[in-house]
Amino acid sequence: MAEEKKEFWRWPEYRRTVPGKDWKGAQVITAGVDVGSVSSKTAIMVDGELYAYAIMRTGSSSAGSAEKVTNWALEGTGLTIKDIHYTVGTGYGRVNVPFAQRAITEIACHARGANFIWGPTVRTVLDMGGQDCKAIQCDSKGKVTNFLMNDKCAAGTGRGMEVFADLLNVPIEEVGPRSFEIDEEPEPVSSTCVVFAKTEAVGLLRAGWPTEKVLAAYTAAMAERVVDLLNRVGVEKDFVITGGISKNIGVVRRLEKRLGFQALPMKPEFDPMIAGSIGAALFAKALYEKGQ
Amino acid sequence: MAVAGIDVGAKYAKAVILKDGQPEILSKGIAPCGFDLKEAVEAAFQQALSEAKLSRDEIKYVVATGASLEAVPFANDSVSMQGADARGAHFLFPSVRTVIDIGAEMGRAARCDATGKMVDFVINERCAAGAGAFLEAMARALEVKLEEMGPLSLEADKSPPMNAQCTIFAESEVVTLIHEGESKKNIIRALHDAIAERNISMVRRLGIEKDVALVGGLAKNAGFVDAMKRGLEMDILVPEEPLFVGALGAALIAAEKSAG
Repeated sequence: MAEEKKEFWRWPEYRRTVPGKDWKGAQVITAGVDVGSVSSKTAIMVDGELYAYAIMRTGSSSAGSAEKVTNWALEGTGLTIKDIHYTVGTGYGRVNVPFAQRAITEIACHARGANFIWGPTVRTVLDMGGQDCKAIQCDSKGKVTNFLMNDKCAAGTGRGMEVFADLLNVPIEEVGPRSFEIDEEPEPVSSTCVVFAKTEAVGLLRAGWPTEKVLAAYTAAMAERVVDLLNRVGVEKDFVITGGISKNIGVVRRLEKRLGFQALPMKPEFDPMIAGSIGAALFAKALYEKGQ
Repeated sequence: MAVAGIDVGAKYAKAVILKDGQPEILSKGIAPCGFDLKEAVEAAFQQALSEAKLSRDEIKYVVATGASLEAVPFANDSVSMQGADARGAHFLFPSVRTVIDIGAEMGRAARCDATGKMVDFVINERCAAGAGAFLEAMARALEVKLEEMGPLSLEADKSPPMNAQCTIFAESEVVTLIHEGESKKNIIRALHDAIAERNISMVRRLGIEKDVALVGGLAKNAGFVDAMKRGLEMDILVPEEPLFVGALGAALIAAEKSAG
């Protein structure tokens, strides 16, 4: 019997409508559409409050993905794209959002979104996305004051983690928890490059290391890499993490240990992957009101 | 009597046996590096020995080189990879002053003087994007055999722009290009151009002095050699068997040391 290869990298796509919220009688309905290289996210905001959102994998076309994820976010709400007063596109595919009135960089949107989610005390935002990693400094209004980005190399990105989940046959959501099922914290994997780290990991498995210990060594290496980036831009409290990797406690705990302090905890009502699209929807509201 | 040079790379172990006293190549051996590196070294060495019809105790001096030279515990001495490259390439082409070696996991270049002595070098071993590992990953993504990459790219009519530098990101970009209807030939040419560009910018940091030789596994790929020539805007020398240049250099040094 042929057996299908399980896709260990695959993370769940989902949508949510915030309970107890209604758009009827609202002044302004805005959308933030964040088309990343790996995932696409849409946040729908009603009078500046989160109403619904959706997260899915980006397909081969940015425009198609933008439309699909936005329609999904609106599913069951009675709203259609035409009912949205103003849409801002952001992320890697931000200029290819056909129904957006404006495109704003994801750096600005993540800072703005983090300010909304965690409040005005946030000064440093680490966004660990699918194909890049950004360290952003911002002021009490969520305005960017400085940033650094790695978008050249898969080390420290979600894509790198997907590759590892597949290599080690560990569902991507279990990577974090399982990386702590070890007797002793190993040295981080020494290769920065994901391709070479894969070879190194296979060598460690052959040498008899349990999968969990290899996961610990890899998530530690990823944390090390990201801390380098953070230290170059400077980390000031409060510190928050957005993007898909912020859900991986294996990376987050090891990163906090190296930094010497903790990130603010995730807010259960906001998925950290939608920080950029929330920021975009907030910019959309401001732009819409300015135009009125 | 004879001497040997053994080069243990990321992918293959290579051995060259030289006639002692005069630099004449007697035989070569090669074996893939599997799980056990020492086994690969043994296999390559034995192959060279049997080809030369020599027994082990007729080899009076062995010099090891390569990223895993510790897998040759019986070596009398060792030499750096770039030193071995310079020596080997200079033996084959006495006019060589710059040797570029692109292997499975490493790109490097060495400058040498008129005697084949290495004077300076650069090396990239931290990123797969400039090495053979990049091309192997792309061959998998394109479902093309590695050895077909060179000939195919020579039939290309253009080199479509590629954004990704990282091997992992380039895998998805290649898939996108295919979906957009770009031909595999053109994509492969763009990939060769990308690796060439990365290595050329590394070599420029070292400074390029003519003549330039290209050795290592990627020198076997005619499409990549073409990309390097276009990128450097000069002709380059490519030995018939570019994989053995490091081992040859080590063997030449063994001959010199055994002579005292």
